[in-house]
Formats: sequence, structure tokens, C-alpha cells
Amino acid sequence: MLHIINQSPLNSSTLDTCLNTAAGGDILFIEDAVYAVTKGNAAEAKLKAAMGKFKLHVLLPDLEARGLGDRLMDGVTGVDYGGFVDLTSNNKTCQSWL
Amino acid sequence: MANIEVAGKSYETDEEGYLVNLADWNTDIANYMAQTESITMTEQHWEVVNFLREYFEEYQIAPAVRVLTKAIGKKLGAEKGTSEYLYGLFPYGPGKQACKIAGLPKPTGCI
Amino acid sequence: MSDAKKFMFVNRKAPYGTIYALESLEVVLITAAFDQDVSLAFLDDGVYQLKKGQQTKGIETKNFSPAYRALEDYDIEKLYVEKEAMAARGLTEEDFLVPVTVLSRAEMGKLMDEQDVVLSF
Repeated sequence: MLHIINQSPLNSSTLDTCLNTAAGGDILFIEDAVYAVTKGNAAEAKLKAAMGKFKLHVLLPDLEARGLGDRLMDGVTGVDYGGFVDLTSNNKTCQSWL
Repeated sequence: MANIEVAGKSYETDEEGYLVNLADWNTDIANYMAQTESITMTEQHWEVVNFLREYFEEYQIAPAVRVLTKAIGKKLGAEKGTSEYLYGLFPYGPGKQACKIAGLPKPTGCI
Repeated sequence: MSDAKKFMFVNRKAPYGTIYALESLEVVLITAAFDQDVSLAFLDDGVYQLKKGQQTKGIETKNFSPAYRALEDYDIEKLYVEKEAMAARGLTEEDFLVPVTVLSRAEMGKLMDEQDVVLSF
């Protein structure tokens, strides 16, 4: 299934809740959650560890808006709005961790 | 929301007559806006209007009058960087009137 | 300036995800008209507001970050950034679009304590 996170990892516990709850599948980072997948962020180690269990994606327009287009962590796939739609349609269910 | 007709084309303005889409702006619109403010555009008026457009391009804000006055003085000479000079050109407020003519939003904090 | 009050704007939110950053900036620009002693503090995710290179075309939102560079014209030159917040986000001083003073959390708390007015965003 697809998990969507939209909150910054240092300002909210939704990333932890998602990682601790979800069984696997895709995670898509949008809006302020894109900070989680930038190099040097405190969440980096946590996400590296989660990569075996999940496929990580980030919405590029949100990353670029925040001036971090060149700081994407290795192992995370960038998607555009079309890719966002594909992720939702390729998964049977979707949970938004608001 | 309202619309203005300039040279056969229609443009969107807000309830105070400011242009809604910055990209719509052209000199015909500027002259039209000036007319509605009872201002006849001279070279001195254009200098200020063009300055405002450059300032907006750079900082994405319409400067407060105090800031505009100081910046004009720096760019166009001290004798022009006074509120007397700017109010002489735009009697109802250089912020309000010149920004409208330049197609910019009303300056933040301008009442 | 003897009757000027010390105003501090405390910014703790990232830009675009919520409206706080833009609202704060607008109030700052208005406050500048009143000749007060204004400081801007950037804590937690607020440090992201000053990140260089913001490109908002893709999200169809106004990029308001260039306005931080105009603060100098408004005589607002006291910008403080929390050191711990920068470190947790992998940011350095070179990442910011304006010159800032970096303070530790403890120094920031002390500075906050010295203010006459604190506005929270």
C-alpha cells in the first residue's frame, strides 16, 4: 500500500508513527515532509534503515519550492504530479498520515 | 473583482482598481491607470514607475513609501529621494498611486 | 529611539506548508513603519524560511523568499538563527539568502527574555 506523509519530521511525529506502524510498501513525502529526505536532516539515519522495508518517493515540485532540489538523499525516487497519480493508482489502498 | 478595457482588451482588477495579474501589465495599462488617478505621465513619473517594477522583480514586494523614498534617492539622485518630490508626482501617495500604475499590488502596510 | 520597544518575531514554521511564515513576514514589514527595535528569530523549522534557491513554480505558489533580502531596506538587520536547529537540518550559514547571527538555544532564550514584545509564528 501507499503511505503519504506531509509533515516535517522535526515538527511532528507522523513520520515515526508511519514507520512504526506500516508493514511495508511505498512511502511518498509531500509538502513539508520533503525535508525528511534531505541530506543532513536528523531523520536521515531512520530513513536509511527503513529503505529495506519501504520504497521511498518524494514529490519534486515540493522539494524544489523549498530550495532543496540538490539535497535529495540517495535511494529516494523523485516524482512529479503524474508520478504521484501513478503511485495512488498502482496501490490498492492509501493512508495519509496527516 | 472588476474588469478594465484598455485598447480593446479586457483586464482583471481588484475592487480598488489594482491589476490582478502582474504579467498583464503594459504601458497602455499604465497610461489608463494614470488617467483614472488624474495623473499625466511624464518622464519623471515613468522613472518612478519603472523603478517600482524593478524593485518588485528583485524582492517580490512593493516597498513602503519610506523605503521607496530612500531607494529612489540612492538610485536617481538625492534631490529625488524626498517625499516632497514623490508626492509632487503622485499627490495621493506614491505608494498607492505609483504602484497601481506600475501594475503592482498595494504596498504591504499601506493604508 | 529612546522610547522604541524591543520587538521579537519568533519564527518556527517552514515556508509553504502552512501560512505562518508569510504572515510573519507581512507583519514584520508593517511593524518596520513604526521605528521599533525589531529582531527576527528563526527556530526549529523556521530556519528553512531563509534557505537559498527556493523555486515555487511547480507548486504554483508565490516565492516570497526574495523579500527577506529587502529587510535591510526596512532597517531590519537583526536576524538570529538557532544553531541546534541548523545542525539538525543539515544546514550551514552558507545556505541562507541573507546574513544572519547564529545563536545557541540558550543564547536565544536569553535574548527572548530581554524583549518588550514577543510575536509568535
